[in-house]
Amino acid sequence: MPAGTSEPIVVIDAVHKSFGQVEVLKGVSMSVPEGNVVCVIGPSGSGKSTLLRCINGLVPINQGSIRVAGFDVHTLTTDQQRIALRKEVSMVFQQYNLFPHKTALQNVMMAPIHVLREPKAEVRERALALLAKVGLSAKTDVYPGELSGGQQQRVAIARSLAMRPQVMLFDEVTAALDPETVKEVLNTIRELALEGMTCVLVTHEMRFARELADVVYFTDGGVIVESGPPAELFDRPVKERTQAFLSQIL
Amino acid sequence: MSPWLAPLPQSTDLPVLLPAAARLARSAVAERTAGSFRLRLHPAQGVVLFVLFLVGCGWAQAQVQPGQAGIIATLWKWTPILLGGFAFNLAISVVAMSAGTVAGLFLGFGQISMLLPVRKGAWLTTHFFRNAPWLVLLFYCMFLLPFQIRLFGVTIPVPDWMKATLGLSLPVMANVSEIVRGAIQSIPTAQWESAASLAFNRRQTLWMIIFPQCIKRMLPPWMNLYAILTMATVLTSIVGVNEMMSLTRQALSAEDRSGLLLAFYSYVLFWFFLYCYPIARWTVRLEARYAVDS
Repeated sequence: MPAGTSEPIVVIDAVHKSFGQVEVLKGVSMSVPEGNVVCVIGPSGSGKSTLLRCINGLVPINQGSIRVAGFDVHTLTTDQQRIALRKEVSMVFQQYNLFPHKTALQNVMMAPIHVLREPKAEVRERALALLAKVGLSAKTDVYPGELSGGQQQRVAIARSLAMRPQVMLFDEVTAALDPETVKEVLNTIRELALEGMTCVLVTHEMRFARELADVVYFTDGGVIVESGPPAELFDRPVKERTQAFLSQIL
Repeated sequence: MSPWLAPLPQSTDLPVLLPAAARLARSAVAERTAGSFRLRLHPAQGVVLFVLFLVGCGWAQAQVQPGQAGIIATLWKWTPILLGGFAFNLAISVVAMSAGTVAGLFLGFGQISMLLPVRKGAWLTTHFFRNAPWLVLLFYCMFLLPFQIRLFGVTIPVPDWMKATLGLSLPVMANVSEIVRGAIQSIPTAQWESAASLAFNRRQTLWMIIFPQCIKRMLPPWMNLYAILTMATVLTSIVGVNEMMSLTRQALSAEDRSGLLLAFYSYVLFWFFLYCYPIARWTVRLEARYAVDS
């Protein structure tokens, strides 16, 4: 399914999305080459999270097209079709959203066993390896309620990785964390990015975006105001709105 | 996800009412998810009942004629029979609760079905049986159901108590249906989203992720419903089931003397209190415990 490395794995073209009367996305286009890290920044309410949810079909779009890992997301109508897409595209949420009645290990193992129908022993081995990778080998049998925010978020990342997706979506994954634990989560994502995982991040971590992103998109009011390599966008923003936003936060 | 539950008004213009408003809002939310009023039993109520019982005994004792047995001896004599009736009440409550719970689970899941006819049908059934007076449902079952059923040439008698139990299980079913729906809708939509992102289908999400989290939330209102049902089993005496209430009436007419009424009925009430009080207390404790970690 993955095409040549030159071909983008996520292509979003002129996407419009309204919730009732409110138009949240007003013609957004972007493309993400395989193995790239793309960061989406912008003020709250600019449609960043909605855009991310459109990519894995959680939110249906009104207009435009989205193509992800060989799937035309805007044409998917049945649950079955969306499930096929979501096996390739994993998402990590701001509020972790771990399953509170399952241990960390069970959280990671559930989807591969029940969705991908892989053998339990194999999944277990992989899950343990993933938890070790995110530095939580000691917490495998602990319930989410007993983990810190940062630890929960790392379990959530391991849980998404266990599906062996082609694309990872991160929705403000550090926004609910305290400054100290932000680092441990960002380190985990950094490792992933360096291993060549395609990542789309909605984030407020500008330093992280500057360091890791191949391309940064700045959104405001449902449109992409400006995009480019972080060095250009952060240091020499062209648009006035981008300058104003960056001067507020940097 | 929850278009059925509009937010409750949480504010008041009078600052002095704020603590009460918060408390009332909490119990309103709890009662709405529970789908029925909450039974609040306190030890003090037990004490009041006991005092009432003592007063009744004193009243009866004062009217004892020469040659008649004392009130305590009379009560003692009837106690085995009355407790036999009480056991019948409990048996009816257990059977009605079990049947109502199984049916209510189906109906509750029906209420969140993706199929519109199923959803509407389940909603209508739930609200019909939830809002109908229990006694009316009981009478319907008593008088509309045949006293025997013919199945493949075999005649199966349907005794009154069975019809009465069925009659009581109908409102239980409807209330359990609401408890199930309320619990499922009280799980944050983020859990659904997160399950969807991991490519779980709706059935898997419901069975493996949402419903297991609901059980804890359903337990307190379910136990509350059981306590209410137990107290409602005396309704079956009206349609002629020989449970504790009917037996008490029979005992009173057999004794054929004045003054026993208060003593006997407060005695019956006391037994119900003894049974329901621990359930009510336990319910409150579970509620408090689960309120913290959810």
